[in-house]
Amino acid sequence: MFRFFIRRVALTLPTFVALMFVTFVAVRLVPGDPIEARTGERGIAPERLAMLRHELGLDRPVWQQFLDYANGIVHGDFGVSIVTKTPVLSEFATLFPATLELTLCGLAFAIVLGIPAGVIAAVKRGSVFDHTMMTIALTGYSMPIFWWGLLLIMFMSEYLGLTPVSGRMDLINFYFEPVTGFMLVDSLLSDQEGAFSSAVSHLILPAIVLGTVPLAVIARMTRSSMLEVLGEDYVRTARAKGLSPFRVVGLHALRNALIPVVTVIGLQTGTLLGGAVLTETIFAWPGVGKWLIESIARRDYPALQGGIMLITSIVILVNLIVDLTYVAINPRIRHG
Amino acid sequence: MSVFNAKLAATAAVLVALSAPAYAAKTLVYCSEGSPENFTPALNTTGTSFDAARPVYNQLVEFERGTTKVVPGLAESWTVSDDGKEITFKLRKGVKWHAGVNGFTPTRDFNADDVLFSFDRQWKADNPYHKVTGGAYDYFNDMSMPDLLKSIDKVDDYTVKFTLTEPNSPMLANLAMDFGTIMSKEYADFLLKKGTPEQFDQIPVGTGPFTFVNYQKDAVIRYKANPTYFEGKPALDNLVFAITPDPTARYAKVKKGECHVMIAPNPADIAAMKTDPALNLLSQPGLNIAYLSFNTQKPPFDKKEVRQAFNMAIDKAAIIKDVYQGAGQAAVNPIPPTIWSYNTAVKDYPYDPEKAKKMLADAGVKTPLDIDLWWMPVQRPYNPNAKRIAEMMQSDLAKLGINAKLVSYEWGEYRKRLQQGEHMTGQLGWTGDNGDPDNFFFLLGCAAARPGGQNLAKWCNKDFDALINKAKTIPDVAERTKLYEQAQVIVKEDAPWFTIAHSVVYEPTRKEVVDYKVSPFGRHEFYGVDLK
Amino acid sequence: MVDQPLPGETILPDGAIIETVPPAPSSLKAFWSAFSENRGAVLGLAVVLFIAFLALFAPLVAPHSPIEQFRASVQQPPVWAGGTWAFPFGTDAVGRDILSRLIYGARISLGIGLSVMIVSVALGIVLGLASAFLRGIVEVVVMRIMDLIVAIPSLVLAILVVAVLGPSLVNTIVAVTVVYLPRYVRLVRAAAMAELSKEYVVAARVAGVGRIRLMFVTVLPNCLAPLIVQAALGISDAILEAAALGFLGLGAQPPIPEWGAMLADSREFIRAAPWIVTLPGLAILITVVAINLMGDGLRDALDPKLRRS
Repeated sequence: MFRFFIRRVALTLPTFVALMFVTFVAVRLVPGDPIEARTGERGIAPERLAMLRHELGLDRPVWQQFLDYANGIVHGDFGVSIVTKTPVLSEFATLFPATLELTLCGLAFAIVLGIPAGVIAAVKRGSVFDHTMMTIALTGYSMPIFWWGLLLIMFMSEYLGLTPVSGRMDLINFYFEPVTGFMLVDSLLSDQEGAFSSAVSHLILPAIVLGTVPLAVIARMTRSSMLEVLGEDYVRTARAKGLSPFRVVGLHALRNALIPVVTVIGLQTGTLLGGAVLTETIFAWPGVGKWLIESIARRDYPALQGGIMLITSIVILVNLIVDLTYVAINPRIRHG
Repeated sequence: MSVFNAKLAATAAVLVALSAPAYAAKTLVYCSEGSPENFTPALNTTGTSFDAARPVYNQLVEFERGTTKVVPGLAESWTVSDDGKEITFKLRKGVKWHAGVNGFTPTRDFNADDVLFSFDRQWKADNPYHKVTGGAYDYFNDMSMPDLLKSIDKVDDYTVKFTLTEPNSPMLANLAMDFGTIMSKEYADFLLKKGTPEQFDQIPVGTGPFTFVNYQKDAVIRYKANPTYFEGKPALDNLVFAITPDPTARYAKVKKGECHVMIAPNPADIAAMKTDPALNLLSQPGLNIAYLSFNTQKPPFDKKEVRQAFNMAIDKAAIIKDVYQGAGQAAVNPIPPTIWSYNTAVKDYPYDPEKAKKMLADAGVKTPLDIDLWWMPVQRPYNPNAKRIAEMMQSDLAKLGINAKLVSYEWGEYRKRLQQGEHMTGQLGWTGDNGDPDNFFFLLGCAAARPGGQNLAKWCNKDFDALINKAKTIPDVAERTKLYEQAQVIVKEDAPWFTIAHSVVYEPTRKEVVDYKVSPFGRHEFYGVDLK
Repeated sequence: MVDQPLPGETILPDGAIIETVPPAPSSLKAFWSAFSENRGAVLGLAVVLFIAFLALFAPLVAPHSPIEQFRASVQQPPVWAGGTWAFPFGTDAVGRDILSRLIYGARISLGIGLSVMIVSVALGIVLGLASAFLRGIVEVVVMRIMDLIVAIPSLVLAILVVAVLGPSLVNTIVAVTVVYLPRYVRLVRAAAMAELSKEYVVAARVAGVGRIRLMFVTVLPNCLAPLIVQAALGISDAILEAAALGFLGLGAQPPIPEWGAMLADSREFIRAAPWIVTLPGLAILITVVAINLMGDGLRDALDPKLRRS
């Protein structure tokens, strides 16, 4: 286990270094200029442009800029945003909890509905339920989520008036200082009646939209994994022994069937953390994905390269944890 | 039964008391468009950033809310010397700086030192704050302040004298602009001592009607009423900016009561807003123009007849109807009708594709003709959808055998290339800063026609140029008006632009909002606003 | 003997191997009977063929030009909502016929999907086989690059690529290909490695078959089954990703009727003229569902393990 861990970490390091290089180069290949991008119709006089570029260090040789950037990252300094002049790390830290909260809720939605749906579909294979579930799952898997989000807002928020349109909290009636950055936690800590349910209601639609694809993936994965396990000898033996179907499915089959599902969930976590871009854009969710997209539009080099580095590192870390968990719960791998 | 009822009532009362939020007060939520870059107006150029700083701050002189009139702010009164070169401001006494923000407790009231500090920061490279937060000071430089200002002197604690290099009548209006915001020197010194000067631009301490509470990036900005505000405590207890980039979502939020006021609705939603019983739809003609410039240095646009033919080939009425959807009026002249000297006698070219075709043939233009047509990738106050306008123009031109290739770049790049004159035809526009006609006409002057200049038609007409240069030097408005009226006739005849539209600014507010005013400058101000 | 692809039965008695041999003409029938067992897959195939037909013959099928603007009938509702048969699905913000735009849009979307699939399959085969056969530094470099691509959030990566190259249809294809390439490379490499240890490959090697021949003639055909399945599903993913780029304004440029861009353009009309927004989204959804149904059927038919269950 330990050696496996070391090997995996060792494999991650070169990726990390390459990532540092690639983001730096890619960001500078994007045509445009962070100062020009901020000016209005008036534009900017060439002398003042040169002066501001000099102050930002954009006129220095590119290799020197790269060394500074790499040196900064090694020391935990991801630079300062050109637009807001605040450290990239602190911007990331204020936005990441929102993304994480949304991801976890989307995933929870997907797991809570996806696993039972998959299990039942497998057990009642060929039934109407199975067909319906798998049709829904396929549709969910194929959903253009930006469109799905718009439809849900129109229907749920506007037509039925059930959920708020966007944002994270009812701003008229509640106010509390952010402590953790997780609105669910902060609203509980605030001790204000109704704040928590407001936080929940704001999360419902974004979580559904973000969770739609993983829900489909998890349901399909659970079903096929269950089918495989249900066909195995030991399950048939358990059945033959006369164990109740519930025990067979619940205890014997499910435990084994879930191993690949857990892996899928882990991998989805990584994908979602970085993939909430569209959901965040549609729901004005103040998260990392939306920030990255806006940083591209603003040519905010430090925010962009720092942001990509940070989110990618987290995704790599999550995937590493998934791998290790997989090894831990599936001893067959360890010797393989 | 009655006991039961009483119990029930009591329980209900407790429930109501519990569910009544602890924060029950007059809270106005404004659905804004984006995140501010920081809270120091001198550093910024966008309306979004100015709006975010405005509740906290004041200027020496200010624009009266909802008008372009200059009224006293932190200066009670001012006198201008006979030669027009000295403006002496008498400052208001007893104005308190916000206390308790970011651990700062002011020990003194607002005075002349703060005025000097606020301008020195932008002006003097040796000011300790000059380089903090990038130090761009675009407006200070764009308004030529370094050239116009000779000195700013403190006469006494409550008297400040501005000495100018030449008489300049717009100076007072300039000082009312956001870059003229007065900031606390004591707070600046306090942060310098703490070693965190950059917080000065992120956690604002001002004299304004609202005190800054906090800002969560890309989400919310919060302010609370300043009880010691010199013009009286605001009617609102709390002011919240809910950052909502998508106009459809903003409208939905206003409809549901999640916001009270919103910026920039979709043109498509205006018809519905007009009939919405929960909303008041306020509007004001914008101080702007959207245009398509013809690069007169590139054939065939070097020929006047070709430019005139293009003016007749494009269906302006359809653009106003389908893109502006009521939130704009067709533009005839290069200045909006709300500015003095607007020439109502000038008639626009009619939409006449047949005649246009003939004129093109007469001018020796062979079809199919390949041109490019540039559109900016962003929404601007004067143009809700440049892409859609480009598509419509493309379709109109195709009927005349003209293949217009649509071209676009990232905004900064787009503007730079247009100014270099790389385009054949390109859309842009202009929003007025101070209401003077020259603020628009210079866009067509010869000086701006150089590569990199603002004249995107690269059009230099000596007669026109002589008129506007003369008008600039004359103080008499009636005389200036005559010259500008002639200039407009030349512009129409020579047709360097296809003038598209002047937009109308719409702002939906909920019915419970009292006394909100739409600003001609596109500002959003909340002091004086109340909730029913 | 050596020149022929080795028939699985003679070398290996293991049934599973026979199953993974791609369907030769004789087994095409078997494949079809397995595929057609799955009603969903057949339905998917039918829809895909229908959309492909529309795309191919768009100029004949579409009632109008996709870019002609009927100024007199701007934002006309579809026929079921009070419109006319002249514009069965209504018109958009500048009076273009939505049905015609959707039909021409099928060309764009299917074109993007197929182009991405072909390029990434081709590159995937080359890079995947190269790393499986050459091992060493080639494998390390290729696989590390793939790891890197996978680590960056896919949409952010695609947007970055488009930002560097400039928004256009071709660059959309490039961006989406970059994002999806690792799947194919990894899949081909894994399948080839699994095959490499099998006896028929060893036998071919011993018989002195050249490396290139070994790669493309001996091993590749035996890796095709999973690759075909992945390729089919990859088309639908590419269509979705390209539509997302179009939605963010970074895909096809106006007036090209790309579905995602149509959706983004009409977003402001979601209240005033909802059909302009609903229809392109529906077109994307139906196409992607159909391709996925077909892909599922392909997998079931080609993957012996699932076929058994």
